[in-house]
Amino acid sequence: MSVLNGVSYGLLLFMLSAGLTLIFSMMGVLNFAHASFYMLGAYFAYQVSEWSNFWVAFVLAPMLVAVLGGVFERTVLRKTHKFGHVAELLVTFGLSFVILEIVQLIWGRTPVDYKVPAALDGSLFKLYNAAFPEYRAFMMFVAIGMLASLFLVLKKTRIGLVIQAALTHPETTEALGHNVPRVFALVFAGGCALAGLAGVIGGNAFITEPGMAQAVGAIIFVVVVVGGMGSLGGALVASLLIGLMQTFAVGLDWSFIGGFQALGVEVTPETFGYPVWKLKLSQVAPILPYLLLVVMLIVRPKGIMGTRDE
Amino acid sequence: MSPSNAPIALELAAVTKRFGKTEIIRGVDLAVRKGERVAVIGPNGAGKSTLFNLISGRFEPSSGSIRLNGEDIVGKRPYEINRRGLARSFQITNIFSRLTVFENLRAAALYASGQKYSFWKPLSKLTELNDRTEALMASIELKRRRDVPASLLTYSEQRALEIGITIAGGGDVILLDEPTAGMSHSETDRFVHLIRNVTVGKTLLTVEHDMGVVFGLADRIAVLVYGEVIAFDTPDKVRADPKVKEAYLGAVLEAETAAEGAAV
Amino acid sequence: MSSTALKPLHFKPLNGVRIVVWSAFAVILLLLPLAAQSSFALTLLCLTGIAAIACMSYNMLLGQAGMLSFGHAVYTGLGTFVAIHAMNKVAGGWWLPMWMIPLVGGLAGLAFGALLGFVTTRKAGTPFSMITLGVGELVFAAALMFPEFFGGEAGINANRTAGEGWLKDLGLTFGPQIQVYYLIAIYLFVCTAAMYAFTQTPLGRIANAVRDNAERAEFVGYDTRWVRYLIVMASSFFAGVAGGLTAINVEAATADLLHGVRSGGYLLFTFLGGVGFFFGPIIGAILLIFALVVLSEFTKAWQLYVGIVFLIMVVYAPGGFSALIMLNLRRVKYGEWRKMRWPYAGMLFFGLIALWGFAAIVEMLYQIQVAAGSGSALTVAKIPLDAASSLSWVTAIAVLLIGGFGFEVWRRKFKKVWDDGEERIAEAIKKAEAAIV
Repeated sequence: MSVLNGVSYGLLLFMLSAGLTLIFSMMGVLNFAHASFYMLGAYFAYQVSEWSNFWVAFVLAPMLVAVLGGVFERTVLRKTHKFGHVAELLVTFGLSFVILEIVQLIWGRTPVDYKVPAALDGSLFKLYNAAFPEYRAFMMFVAIGMLASLFLVLKKTRIGLVIQAALTHPETTEALGHNVPRVFALVFAGGCALAGLAGVIGGNAFITEPGMAQAVGAIIFVVVVVGGMGSLGGALVASLLIGLMQTFAVGLDWSFIGGFQALGVEVTPETFGYPVWKLKLSQVAPILPYLLLVVMLIVRPKGIMGTRDE
Repeated sequence: MSPSNAPIALELAAVTKRFGKTEIIRGVDLAVRKGERVAVIGPNGAGKSTLFNLISGRFEPSSGSIRLNGEDIVGKRPYEINRRGLARSFQITNIFSRLTVFENLRAAALYASGQKYSFWKPLSKLTELNDRTEALMASIELKRRRDVPASLLTYSEQRALEIGITIAGGGDVILLDEPTAGMSHSETDRFVHLIRNVTVGKTLLTVEHDMGVVFGLADRIAVLVYGEVIAFDTPDKVRADPKVKEAYLGAVLEAETAAEGAAV
Repeated sequence: MSSTALKPLHFKPLNGVRIVVWSAFAVILLLLPLAAQSSFALTLLCLTGIAAIACMSYNMLLGQAGMLSFGHAVYTGLGTFVAIHAMNKVAGGWWLPMWMIPLVGGLAGLAFGALLGFVTTRKAGTPFSMITLGVGELVFAAALMFPEFFGGEAGINANRTAGEGWLKDLGLTFGPQIQVYYLIAIYLFVCTAAMYAFTQTPLGRIANAVRDNAERAEFVGYDTRWVRYLIVMASSFFAGVAGGLTAINVEAATADLLHGVRSGGYLLFTFLGGVGFFFGPIIGAILLIFALVVLSEFTKAWQLYVGIVFLIMVVYAPGGFSALIMLNLRRVKYGEWRKMRWPYAGMLFFGLIALWGFAAIVEMLYQIQVAAGSGSALTVAKIPLDAASSLSWVTAIAVLLIGGFGFEVWRRKFKKVWDDGEERIAEAIKKAEAAIV
């Protein structure tokens, strides 16, 4: 059961980090506001489903987010290209900040009640005593479907070919007559749409509140670095790994003390390092991704499947 | 002017380099003596820049050995190779854009001057380093632009700075990657003169396309075609080599030779 | 401002001017409390002084070495925590004069810089920034896991008047805020001098080279990873000093000192102040405290305003306020500033109008959203509005549009006059250069 939960969470992380990786690989821009678009997707979906229903929101919200992303790229981001990557990162950072404030302005600082639609609000099956929610299965279905279509678009269509070309050789691609700036805008908007879609399906499964962007933002950065900058395959592996890790850890009360006891060693409050030994895995769960990051950096800095050289 | 019994400064043996499935360098053997001036020529795509990248440590060879003054440098990082006395310039200008001309040259000389990572002495007090930098700046004729940020220099000034950065560290094996790229004929002549002056006594390896430069500057010429050295000899012998004529020069060489003969 | 006209500037005073500048700095720090009419103002000065050290330490990373860190609060925060514990040890009998506590913070910063920096500098550029974010989250989350050291929700308290020593016998207990101010002022002066001196050393200069072209730095003999690691350590030291001063100033340390938002704040305001000039972060610190303490009193939406100003600056004036100041000073030097008076006045006038319109909209939104309990009436710059009345909305939007339109008109005029002036200045510089043999 935890495995399925972990996988569905991991797939959500992958939806987010895939968009981030695409934008980074293509444009060299790290979209700091990526998680903010995730948040916008959730809030838009909430608002639209308040006015009509979830299914309309499912279609509309990602499109709205994509439009916003495209507009931002066209008007603001494009102007910072000439100042280098630091400026691009700063401008997306500023955007994330402004989006956060505007969301709070419009919807307030407390969580909003973005609900799972009634049609999907049941349990799909029962394994032993644990129920696997229908909605989780839906999430996985959407994530896999979206990623499959992404794969198809990139590998099998003409525009996908152009995107792949512009990914590594933007100048040459432009010299061949393709409108690379437009491709950039398209990819940026596409990445944002992915983030928005993730928000649509994740916002009601987890929680929709202003802090959601920051909560998930740092983790998708970890996913991208651990997976290897610029590698979609690495992002998938890292997302699933982190998704499973966190889901399992939250449910386990293991601690070092227990481990020591199994070896026959007694640990008391006087023992050196007691504050560390007494930590339970469930307490440590939130920082496991970051610990993984640290270990990865020490052991294998280029990531699981790192392709892009510094 | 090559001392033919001088020790070998740079030696490549059976060096290959593969990028994915494509083999760019396909077995290069080269031995350059100390104080020699070697020009590396060849058609576009022959692998000349790749060769320089292999020697200077930017890439690692897929196989083979590279020795600098007898020491194996395969697998060493660029800074390790540079500290052992090899410096290179870049075909696409690679300078410190926001630093001034003076600061560019001084920064390039800092490590070799022994300062390394020190932070307890102000730069202004390092008189020997500063004097040497001023002299270098004068020799590359950029004294008038001393305090101009490097990004604001003209193209040929930047190329001069590029050379300056390369030799600032005092390395005795210098690799110049198309130093006169993009220059007009008169600029090229002046520049070659400059290069000759600032690299006196050093071992020089230059990638060049301009044949006039090549024949005027080089003691020996290495001809690189499709990742292999098909000839490595004095200019006259290379000019006469039928393999070279066939693979590369042909009409170009004859035209240049004629022009040279007429100019003398 | 035309961003393409932003050529690099250099603040290069002659030696005599240098002495004047530093003396003036010292005198200003000495006499500032006289200008502070209330204890609130004095508190502001103390906070600004500490923020200045923190922002300058941040700029060692960003401005000097080109390293964009999202986790600087880790070093200031950990400095505060270690300092707080040291203060409690002093109260318990440790010999350590209270005025050395900031140094303890500094050493803590240095130690953590060495520890964490080893991991964060494994990669450079954008990956580095991402890693600093991750490590920042790690430390913040860890803080909540070790209440023994971090005090959990309540944090740790201390007393800055603790300890013995001859200074105390002289009356220097650090109880009164004014004494804390002068402690901060002295540290500020010394740290500023130290950090400035650092920029003039070989390591400082190589950091610049690594910023401009890390690859070339490798090819001239430098292990750039080692350079970046050393810079992180130097920066963390001074960050720790700022943290230690916070411990003395506030006499408490809580986990939110390590939060990512705080790191973001250092980044944002150092950038606003300007990363290209040494005094830029000082301006940034002033802006930081102003926004945090003063602006937040006037409007609940202050973070939104700051964010928008930041976005505008990144796109149109990436050199920050210090660069804007320097650009205009250069104009004055070349006699081109007088022509700018009318365009500046025009932009300012319409800019303020547009700002009022924008603020009106934002404040009304806030009134509806956040302060709904207190009714729908509010004032923006003393002008009354009613968030429930459509007249207010129409007025606000109209004012915004008029102001925006007027601003744009004057901006184009400004651009033209500015560009013309830039051309003339470039000519003058060329002529001066040709005069050098």
